[in-house]
Amino acid sequence: MASNKWSENVADIKPEAKEETRKAAVPHVPEAFWTQEETFDLSSGKYLKIWQGPQHPGVTGNMALELVVEGDIVRSCKTHVGYLHRGFEKLMERRKYIQCFPIVCRICVPEPDTNEYLFAAAVEELANIEIPEKAAWIRTFVLELSRTASLTMGLGGQAGAFGLGTIGQWAVAHRDYILDLFEELTGGRVYHMYIIPGGVRLDFPDGFEDRVRAVLDKIEHLIGDIEKVMFNNSVFKARAKGLGVIPREWIEPFGITGTTARAAGAPLDVRKNNPYLVYDQLDFEMILGSASDVYERTLLRKEEILLSIRLIRQILDRMPKAGPVRRKLPNVLHWKVPAGETYVRAESGRGEMGYYLVSDGSEYPRRVHVRGASYTHAMALLEHLVKGISIADVAGVMTSLQTCPPEIER
Amino acid sequence: MSLKDTLSPFYAWKRAFEKPLTIKEPITEREGAPRYRGFHINDLGKCIGCGSCEEVCQNEAIDIIETAKAQAGKGDSGLRPVIDYGRCCWCGLCVDVCPTGSLEMSNDYIWVTTDPSEFVFQPGADDKPWNDDELGYRRTPEAWLLDPNQREMPVLDPEVRKHTFEEMALGFTDDIAMEEASRCLECGICIEACPTHMDIPNYIKAIRENRLEEALEILYDTNPFSETCGRVCTAHCQDVCALEHNGQPIAIRYLKRYITDKTYQQRKEILFPKELPQTGKKVAVIGGGPAGLTAAYYLRHYGHEVTIFERQPQLGGMLRYGIPEYRLPKAVLDREIEFILDLGVEVRTGISVGEDISFDEIRAQYDAVFIAIGAQKGTSMPIEGSDLPGVEIGVNFLARIAEGERPDIGKRVIVVGGGNTAMDVCRSSVRLGAEEVHVLYRRTEAEMPATREEYEEALEEGVQFDFLVTPVKIERKDDHLAITCMRMELGEPDASGRRRPIPIEGSEFVIEADTCIMAIGQKVEGKISDAMGVKITRWHTFDVDPDTLETNVPGVYAGGDCELGPTDAVHAIADGKKAAYFIHEYLSGKLKQKTSA
Repeated sequence: MASNKWSENVADIKPEAKEETRKAAVPHVPEAFWTQEETFDLSSGKYLKIWQGPQHPGVTGNMALELVVEGDIVRSCKTHVGYLHRGFEKLMERRKYIQCFPIVCRICVPEPDTNEYLFAAAVEELANIEIPEKAAWIRTFVLELSRTASLTMGLGGQAGAFGLGTIGQWAVAHRDYILDLFEELTGGRVYHMYIIPGGVRLDFPDGFEDRVRAVLDKIEHLIGDIEKVMFNNSVFKARAKGLGVIPREWIEPFGITGTTARAAGAPLDVRKNNPYLVYDQLDFEMILGSASDVYERTLLRKEEILLSIRLIRQILDRMPKAGPVRRKLPNVLHWKVPAGETYVRAESGRGEMGYYLVSDGSEYPRRVHVRGASYTHAMALLEHLVKGISIADVAGVMTSLQTCPPEIER
Repeated sequence: MSLKDTLSPFYAWKRAFEKPLTIKEPITEREGAPRYRGFHINDLGKCIGCGSCEEVCQNEAIDIIETAKAQAGKGDSGLRPVIDYGRCCWCGLCVDVCPTGSLEMSNDYIWVTTDPSEFVFQPGADDKPWNDDELGYRRTPEAWLLDPNQREMPVLDPEVRKHTFEEMALGFTDDIAMEEASRCLECGICIEACPTHMDIPNYIKAIRENRLEEALEILYDTNPFSETCGRVCTAHCQDVCALEHNGQPIAIRYLKRYITDKTYQQRKEILFPKELPQTGKKVAVIGGGPAGLTAAYYLRHYGHEVTIFERQPQLGGMLRYGIPEYRLPKAVLDREIEFILDLGVEVRTGISVGEDISFDEIRAQYDAVFIAIGAQKGTSMPIEGSDLPGVEIGVNFLARIAEGERPDIGKRVIVVGGGNTAMDVCRSSVRLGAEEVHVLYRRTEAEMPATREEYEEALEEGVQFDFLVTPVKIERKDDHLAITCMRMELGEPDASGRRRPIPIEGSEFVIEADTCIMAIGQKVEGKISDAMGVKITRWHTFDVDPDTLETNVPGVYAGGDCELGPTDAVHAIADGKKAAYFIHEYLSGKLKQKTSA
């Protein structure tokens, strides 16, 4: 199994050297344009302030965009969050480790498993628990399956944002087939609470593999349909091509990851760059784009659904058929995790997701910090991406970043 | 814009002719997957109200409350979980942690009610349509969050211990103790089952948190024979341990021993009271066994002066004369008794009440009396030849060994009985050099009153058990005994609930042996109890008020084996503690005169 230790690479760098490394890593940006704030004279009658959200189908959750428009062209955008703050990070400081396990999945509705995995992986690293091999394969399977579900729904959302509502319905209905699989495997449809410190909760039920393959075929077929209806659609092409272009040089300063970065040609994929679980044993290539517009990002996402399907088939073919799926934990009611800190990361449908966990050796985590891609994509990047575009395209640009407000706020 | 891109989207129409993916109505009945986490089900008969579900619930959705549908009793708190579905997150950790496996989830999907108060309900007790669901989330042994395996006590190898009276159990190491202590759920079901109600979860917690000095204080708060009990207690607590239902109980007894093992040298500095109150009242304790000594311990803490009258040359009663050295080293007993005596207890050994001093004299000299003379008299079988040389009584045999004697019992020994005394006798016989030791028991292995552990250890030491056998006649032939036995079968249950053994006609057979030891029970020595002029029962045990242990004579209390009939040390200790409390109440004038007889 691949190491998940991000800290290994920087462990022997001296503090001062680390500072230099950091300076060197950030390319020189001549104008820090994101620091400049433009003001608009609203009383002039030339500009209008419009709030998109917090309840709006185009903002993918509870979040608000404060837009200043001139005609239907967006001149400035300020993002506002705070409508969905549940305080998970703080809640975890008041809960025993095992009690955190059911709540982390709620951080992201469409793709809860990445959270479950990262929390478990962080705890396992601090507590020095090695999970059984089969559990690692099942975890990879679950992560890819939830990725498929999330990206499929995202594809539908993208279509919906440009008025292709039918595709949205297809996508959501097909996601339900995946949820059926999750229900069968984990006992829960949306929140699975399946990846638990020590492994996974239960083994595959009988005949599960066949049903998974049948659903994968359905999704593949759906993607074929979407290809015809969405990607070979003159309206979609006309609206999405050239829209919301992210220059390659924004990738690092903004901290852009995932498909959004790959669409700009940046080879960033945690599964490849820092393989975890069994990704180093799977056969796949990173999919890269270059145009970096909404069309390219959507296209890449579609390709990644197909990639996930291929990965799941590989996993089903190659995973061990027998063996334990979890390791017994110490009595969870008074389980003390050794003091230490760790950062673990994984590739989610939206980009890199990471958990920073600090233990002070007690029964409760001292600090848990969740790093989600949505935070950077939707809060900082979006403000600059929508400048100068039509207000009708704002939802399309936001959806193309695969943002998930519950993940921003945690 | 190509023509293809204009025409291609019309492909969407194809799906219009396909079967819809969705169901027709929102509440169409749809069964959940077999392991779907639906609504909770609780088997109230199986549930023991330990509250682990409440403990593990991350959102405090579960409360454990009293219910009319469950009775509190041994091993059952009488409480049952009630779940608030406004808080539940359906993680199912409550199912995964449940030690008995009573809590489960159905695979029901939809529950519609117009009454919001219904969403707080008591699974199993409230009538719900899913109560009989066969499918749903059940915890598998793999998913069980608890550890069913007790850590093993390191012991001397059977081949080594067969030849020595040295203590067999070596004691937990720090690591074993920590691991074992961390298995505890802190449910506290054990406290009620312990006759002296030791605060078990708390001292186990203290071990876990490495606060051994505090742990020792917790022990001696309720039991002045904690070190002894850590070795020989019959551990009623372990019988009801929540983990016992699907695994092995916490090794509560050995954890207790671990605390004393680690702290006995500082026991005095940790526990010894700086100052004791002085009431000026005097209490006589007749009998220096566990009950008497415990009473003395607490009476001293209440501030009364205590004198113990003991017939034997040394204190300890059955702990000294009935329990072999390999289970309870005399050094351990001595230092524990010494600690009690250091509180300022006067001891008069070698004094037989009724012979050396009359009971009336004692009553005249002391403000209150506690009788704890035990049940010392071993019973013999009313069969021909039971008085022959070579035929012995179990307790007498053990007492001789305790006094340092090592009697020659020959090569082949027959022990009659199936209780703990029989186990002590047969295992002592092995250590005395007997090559073949047989235990004859008239019922089967399942009915044997001896603790399982002792039985297994006896087997390890090579003791052979012959079940459904009873001796009917013993004869002396040359240099050995010829014991005629009969085979038995089990009939209807008797008053004790065990099936009555019935002899099988014509099944007689003869066993030869060098020694035959009867370990079939003890009773109170009638001579003493009769002489005290206190009301007694027909078994010569003292007839007391079960609430206060007071006899028909005001100020005279009785407890331990002489009141309970032969039982175990911890019951005697509990009685001693209880008697001390009520004697104190009596002496401080708090106890109301009994209004009804």
